[in-house]
Amino acid sequence: MKMSNHAGTPAFEIEHMDFAYQRQVALKDISLTVRAGERIAILGANGSGKSTLLKILAGLYFATRGSVRAFGEPLTEQALADEARAFAFRRRVGFVFQDPDVQLFSPTVWDEVTFAPLHLGLPKNEVIARSEWALDLLNITKLRDRAPHRLSGGEKKKVALAAVLSLRPEVWLLDEPTAALDPRSQTRLLDFIGELSREGKTLITATHDLDIVEDLADRVIMFCEDHEISGDGAPRAMLADRARLIACNLIHEHRHTHADTGEEHAHHHLHPAPHEHAH
Amino acid sequence: MAQKPARGFAEKTLAELTGVLEQTLFADELAREAGWLQALDPRAKLLGAFAVLLAISMAQNLLVIAALYALTLPLAVASRVPLGFYLKRVWVFMPFFTGVVALPALFSPFSPGTPFVTLIDLATPRVYLAITQPGINTAAFLLLRVGASVSIAVLLVLTTRWAALLQALRVLRVPQAFVLILGMTYRYIYVLLHTANNLFLARQSRVVGRVSGTDERRWIGASMGALFAKAYGLSDDVYLAMQARGFRGEARTLDAFTWRVRDSVWLAVFIAVAGGAIVLGK
Repeated sequence: MKMSNHAGTPAFEIEHMDFAYQRQVALKDISLTVRAGERIAILGANGSGKSTLLKILAGLYFATRGSVRAFGEPLTEQALADEARAFAFRRRVGFVFQDPDVQLFSPTVWDEVTFAPLHLGLPKNEVIARSEWALDLLNITKLRDRAPHRLSGGEKKKVALAAVLSLRPEVWLLDEPTAALDPRSQTRLLDFIGELSREGKTLITATHDLDIVEDLADRVIMFCEDHEISGDGAPRAMLADRARLIACNLIHEHRHTHADTGEEHAHHHLHPAPHEHAH
Repeated sequence: MAQKPARGFAEKTLAELTGVLEQTLFADELAREAGWLQALDPRAKLLGAFAVLLAISMAQNLLVIAALYALTLPLAVASRVPLGFYLKRVWVFMPFFTGVVALPALFSPFSPGTPFVTLIDLATPRVYLAITQPGINTAAFLLLRVGASVSIAVLLVLTTRWAALLQALRVLRVPQAFVLILGMTYRYIYVLLHTANNLFLARQSRVVGRVSGTDERRWIGASMGALFAKAYGLSDDVYLAMQARGFRGEARTLDAFTWRVRDSVWLAVFIAVAGGAIVLGK
């Protein structure tokens, strides 16, 4: 893989975009520019609209108001109705879904990994070469003929990554990539994402896991529960803004006493499983 | 000691159904074996199966249909389909489904004719019930036709990879919408069964002792609703995931079909056998 030669040019430009499911607002007045090669984390609580934003960037949902452009061209339903344009776009943008069971729908791992290059019209020898390479890179060649639904959670995630890797997209959209992964799989995943970044890929990750933000992003876009962008900045500054994190339901205040020192203090906990921690 | 909660009828049925489907439809394991039918081009298999199915439905002679069925047995063996599994899959379930439909046809009110066994014969009041020769004939035709047809379909599905089968259907000009719906159904059955099983498991982990019939029914009703909503959302996401990777309504597979001489030869054999059966069975 080569360094992207479009570094710095806008990959996505969103202006005053709204999106609603039926009548329910999911995203409100979003303006955002993503430059090629950027590493962005979209932070937000469940239901804040971050997954929806990824789906819009992937050309799966379309803005109800405002404009979205990808690689300088309008990203609309009409534009993607044209097969050549749709293929050109989808070859450049890969989407790793949160739930591997959603993403892995083929009868075997091999079918899964070849699916994207095959359906996006690459020549067959290229499809085979890329798929073998992707399996090898993720060290799952041995799973090739297995049925994806029978794999473990960590293996499924690797297959889901390989299924996008075989496409060699410039932009990676990752929805909650570390959700439900054991610590070792999580570390390997972060290493893999780091590798992609070194190759100049544009990475956009939706997450509510504050612990991984600094590992995978140079820029944080934060969503609050009002479906608007609440903040946009460097990870350190964004994570230090505790008032905002609390307001956006990403951390909650927790007061307790340490048994060994008797010291009492307040600190934050990641929100989604607030009562599973122990001291 | 707490009594282990009894597994209900719905729960057991679901678990069994998932198991059977996983083993047969979803695993594609037999389709990957190096067997005789597996080596044939899916298009040749599909056309051949179609010809034989046509012959089975047209033949008017029980022996001819039985002979066609008998021919599938060596094919199954040569294709490494376990014979016991192949026979059981068709003939164990046959009495419950087709058998029920065929049953009334045995009796004199539906199939009048020479009695085979007279069951009731009263002069006053006049009551007559017998299993008749034409009745046996009709029921046998129905059972044999359905059994043989299902066997051929089972053999085709077991020895052909699902993706290849869908592609063969497309190549043979079966409408795209039909093939697409088949493909999606296959995925959703699996997803749905698993979700349903998980619902039962999740409840089992929270239930101690017995649940009353009323509660059980109420719970099953509620879960069916929840399952429907869940499946609906999931189906949306699966479709998006397919779209994101370039799916535009047409399934493609990597295995380029290569039509060899042997495919032509065997397709000719299938068609000849089917044609012969139609002529002989007139």
